[in-house]
Amino acid sequence: MGGQPERRTQTPLAIRVEGCARTFPDGVRALDRVDLDIRAGETLALLGPSGCGKTTLLRLIAGLDHPDPGGRILFDGEDVTALPIERRRVGMVFQSYALFPNMSVAANVAYGLKIQGMAPDMRRARVTEMLEMMRIAPLADRAIDQLSGGQRQRVALARAIAPRPRLLLLDEPLTALDAKLRDALRVEIDQLLRALGTTALYVTHDQAEAMALGDRVVVMTHGRIAQIGTPYEIYHRPAGRFVADFVGLMNRIRGTLSGDGVRCPGGIVPLAAAGPSHRPAGARRPGDGAPVEIQFRPEDAVVAAPGQGHVRGTVTASFFLGDRVRILVEGVGTTPLTVETGGRIDPLTDATLAAGAPIELRIQSAPLAPEGEA
Amino acid sequence: MTFFTAFWLLPMARLALFAADGREGWAAYLTVVTHPRYFESLVATVLLSAAVTAATLVTGGLSGVFLSRHRFPGRRTLIGLLTLPLAFPGVVVGFLVILLAGRQGLIGALSQSLGGSRIVFAYSMGGLFLGYLYFSIPRVLLTVMAAAEKLDPALEEAARSLGAPPLRILLDILIPGLMPALIGAGALCFATSMGAFGTAFTLATRISVLPMAIYTEFTLFADMAIAAAMSLVLGLLTWAVLALARSATGAGVAAAA
Repeated sequence: MGGQPERRTQTPLAIRVEGCARTFPDGVRALDRVDLDIRAGETLALLGPSGCGKTTLLRLIAGLDHPDPGGRILFDGEDVTALPIERRRVGMVFQSYALFPNMSVAANVAYGLKIQGMAPDMRRARVTEMLEMMRIAPLADRAIDQLSGGQRQRVALARAIAPRPRLLLLDEPLTALDAKLRDALRVEIDQLLRALGTTALYVTHDQAEAMALGDRVVVMTHGRIAQIGTPYEIYHRPAGRFVADFVGLMNRIRGTLSGDGVRCPGGIVPLAAAGPSHRPAGARRPGDGAPVEIQFRPEDAVVAAPGQGHVRGTVTASFFLGDRVRILVEGVGTTPLTVETGGRIDPLTDATLAAGAPIELRIQSAPLAPEGEA
Repeated sequence: MTFFTAFWLLPMARLALFAADGREGWAAYLTVVTHPRYFESLVATVLLSAAVTAATLVTGGLSGVFLSRHRFPGRRTLIGLLTLPLAFPGVVVGFLVILLAGRQGLIGALSQSLGGSRIVFAYSMGGLFLGYLYFSIPRVLLTVMAAAEKLDPALEEAARSLGAPPLRILLDILIPGLMPALIGAGALCFATSMGAFGTAFTLATRISVLPMAIYTEFTLFADMAIAAAMSLVLGLLTWAVLALARSATGAGVAAAA
């Protein structure tokens, strides 16, 4: 009894959010009517700036808050809107860790099991299993204030998954940690979520975190969902300016259509650069002279040899970032461009990247949009 | 150091020696704790203070947690009103108790008009209890509110997500989290009740709490030695409670007191 950790895997939970809005008593509308399907077993990342409603949405799904009348939350088709969090069997991980300071590490992890009324020997076995899984077994008897931030969040994860929740909710779990630890723990959380197979909702304002962890990413702004898609779709086919700018950097060149290219102050970008997948399906090609906008990511432009580039501009600044060099270029369009190239050039000694130097760029892949859209 | 000597050491030493200088010498201290009349008033004072502390912690604690958790119109005004007793001297508090539960008091009038007898408890332990409660609650309220606001609301939410019902959250999360503040506020409340004089003086015609007894010894019987001895016993007892509270919470209680 208790020696063999049970390996019962639960069938993952599918969640449906139907028409959920949330207006706070002071009249602030934190969330506009949102519909969302979370597939069984997937990790869904909720991404957006602070105040976009992502935490409100998480709290509605958790049962810590309730939607305005008319909204419904369904767990596997069952309406749980009226159920408080205590009865939803969800695990939560908070930015502030929220560990119980009056209990040891082991007692924190055991708390949910104790509430469930699990027998002491089974409880001990489960706690040991969880601590080993999070690689914090030696810390079992420590007090919470003796732990580092990274250790605390491991304890919080162990505590959340110990009662085998149907859904794991993580609210900015890595935000309080320093960059290196954040990366390490992010990889671990990713492995943990895959190993557990539990449906998980991960709230973050960090696009790198959302892209790395999410099977799908929901980008939110002003209480609305701006886009739902895989990390690749979100990055390369952003559904609007907000998403494009929030998820990485997006360059824009305004120009006019002329023949097979787009004419802009820095030269002509051939239309061939705009891949077919980027053109909205069924959209008619605008005629010559129509104002259009080219969009591309920093890594989609390369520095070309003189005479080989599509457009010409002037370097305003360049920064060595280690793995790459970031170059700011002006004079191509009306707004400055950001271009990135490999890290084997030292901008401090290379005169071609000095401020004021002329530079030519080839744009390799760029979606085309009528001006003002996308 | 000079200040310490001038305002603490010298008066204390004088007080201690004064008690020993009386008819009974150092036995005055013994008398204070063995003589039935003095001992009774000592026990009564301690019991009253303990009861007031307990009642204050429950009411002040509950309302403090509530006020720190909820935002509603008029909240600031309510907190302002609740802390008003801090501004009243003990005599005024005593006067208020008489107005409420005295011979011409509101409670008496009400009970009489309801057909019962006239309820008067202002001049008993009950009245004193009410008066002390009245000026103790604001202190506890403010301390608990400050502590409750610092308590991470995510703690409670984490416990709820693990399935904990409200009572468990109270026992496992809230009370342990507020413990330092509760002990600190409680010790302060106890010390204030032990030494409160104004209210007792206004009300206590028939009760003998320690500060009253000291006053009586001192003025009526002119037994300076016993009065001094009682003062020191009162002081030491209160100080011991504060010290106990301080060791229980780590630090900061005596400083707050």
